Amino acid sequence: MADQRPAVSVRSVNCPNCGAATAVRTFGHAVNVVCMSCRSILDAKDPGVTILQKYRDAVPREPLIPLGSRGTLPGETIQREVVGFQVREIIVDHIPYQWREYLLFNPYHGFRYLTEYAGHWNVVSTLRSLPDGDHLPGNSGTRGFDGQQFAHFQTATAKTVFVLGEFPWQVRVGDTVTAVDYVAPPRMLSAEVTSGQEVTWSLGQYTPGAEIWKGLGLPGSAPNPEGVFADQPSPYVTVTRRMWRNAAWLLAAATLLWIFHLASARSRQVFTQAFRYDPRQIQDASLVTPLFEIDGRQSAVRVETQTDLDNQWIGVGYALVNDGTGQSFEFAREVSFYAGVEDGESWTEGSRSDSVTLPTIPPGRYFLRIEPEGERIGKPVEYRVNVIEDVATSLWYLITVLLVMVPPIVTSIRASGFESRRWAESDHGSAGSSDEDADDADDDGEDGDDD
Amino acid sequence: MSSRTANCPNCGAPLTYRWSSSVQTVCEHCRSVVVRTDVDLKKVGVVADLPLEGSPIQLFTEGHYRDKNFIVAGRILYQFEQGTWNEWHIVLDGGIDGWLSDAQNEFAISFPVAMAKLPSEEQAALGKSFTWNETRFTVVSRTLAHYAGVEGELPFEYWDKEDVTFIDLRSDRSDFATLDYSDDAPALYIGTAVEFEELRLRNLRRFEGW
Repeated sequence: MADQRPAVSVRSVNCPNCGAATAVRTFGHAVNVVCMSCRSILDAKDPGVTILQKYRDAVPREPLIPLGSRGTLPGETIQREVVGFQVREIIVDHIPYQWREYLLFNPYHGFRYLTEYAGHWNVVSTLRSLPDGDHLPGNSGTRGFDGQQFAHFQTATAKTVFVLGEFPWQVRVGDTVTAVDYVAPPRMLSAEVTSGQEVTWSLGQYTPGAEIWKGLGLPGSAPNPEGVFADQPSPYVTVTRRMWRNAAWLLAAATLLWIFHLASARSRQVFTQAFRYDPRQIQDASLVTPLFEIDGRQSAVRVETQTDLDNQWIGVGYALVNDGTGQSFEFAREVSFYAGVEDGESWTEGSRSDSVTLPTIPPGRYFLRIEPEGERIGKPVEYRVNVIEDVATSLWYLITVLLVMVPPIVTSIRASGFESRRWAESDHGSAGSSDEDADDADDDGEDGDDD
Repeated sequence: MSSRTANCPNCGAPLTYRWSSSVQTVCEHCRSVVVRTDVDLKKVGVVADLPLEGSPIQLFTEGHYRDKNFIVAGRILYQFEQGTWNEWHIVLDGGIDGWLSDAQNEFAISFPVAMAKLPSEEQAALGKSFTWNETRFTVVSRTLAHYAGVEGELPFEYWDKEDVTFIDLRSDRSDFATLDYSDDAPALYIGTAVEFEELRLRNLRRFEGW
């Protein structure tokens, strides 16, 4: 028998102000409906239809999404129809900021909201559960919901400045409510507080305009977003995380390789010989060593110069020459050592020995050409030259570490810049609420600018 | 489920009490509110046509809550400053009375709970918390409302009241509670906020174009 009951039919109301007919899309839910022609707010429940508020604004504000648009919101499978539209405003530091809210309806699944500010969209639904912690929303701190911590963004008085379509509750231009937003991009936890009467919590999901345009089958394309919005996900978050993760893997690999390299380096001495250099002798002091064998694979070779210098320096020009190929590796070292006593304190400067590592020396038979030089008035110097093959080197490791770290560090800096722009718009930004919010009717006097 | 039939004391049309818990019903023919006194029926008033409202639920809508089936037996439509909401009287398997509240398609199912020392209207201020049955509830709304219509069978006699206060509370885990100050002593209902899909409702109202 119940199935025989007729479907609820769509009706329309005639505006007593201008006579135009306006369709009612939410059936019996409509409490107010705005005349599509003269924008008077009408009482949709009154069979005679009375005017509740006449439209006085000179500037018409057309919704970006036309009323009556029907489609599927991102993340949903059911259809909803756009039935209401309102423009709301907050005033921060004497500057008005306006955003737009669309009310979407399904006779079974109820209402959802779309909010838009500067091309940034959120799909918003009211919550069945309260966030954790202290229950009335405040002016700072964080609130936990659904396993996530939401950071306080803004507390302000939101005022309705324009309405169109219909609403399942009373709505008037000039209505105010305290709006409190907490963010954990890409989500926003919001509370609307009607003093002493009601706290309504809702959750917004940041949604690209293009997805909404697609879901609702709207013509053209969504306007490009400007600036950074409160719960806009940072494009750097995943990138930065991935870069640090990759860097960590690379560093781990490099470190393993380095440790393996340290452990496997044989550090075998292949040549050692003592020499004497007398700088006062006129004759050419250059000499050539006997041949020695550098075996195994291509490896780093260390050349050590150990002296008995005493308040003196010598320079040694070296050439490591491959006897087979004639390939020559030339390098110059300077060794100096000074010591004394000044004001009862002994001091030293420099070192009696020096060592240098040649990173990639192919195996083969080699000799060293050695050309020492020094102060003409200097004392004779005893020095010993050691050649050690297959030594461990760490420079490549240090360079790798630096190169691997640069990209994530740069990205992290960019990510931090993005977050600064996000929070600059909040109560906790560097610009802004340190001034007295004279226009802000809300009592956020104890607003802690603590972020 | 045994049902009893009788005739409307006003117009003589047949009346059926489908649920043993029902105390009053509204005659579908003449809109008389008829109260059962177990022996005979008494007409206590007449209700106006229900005002326009948009609930998808209607009398005899069936659904599920947890492991039980229920059927909608009656309702009270409340009106407040901002609009209206419905309290649907549901009868679950085993004849248990419950309430399915529908405020702009936000649904909650609750059951009366006997509880000593309930807060007064003044004590239950917005944001105040109370612990009942080991669940911490916080006041989220205080509403002054009056009945705008009744329909079907109700488990108590209720058809004409002044504005009274209803206080809704929620927890951080979908629990829902209402403090009802209709009578001298506050009444408490505790339950759960539920999604439309969870209720698996059948025999719903149909809407043109949907």
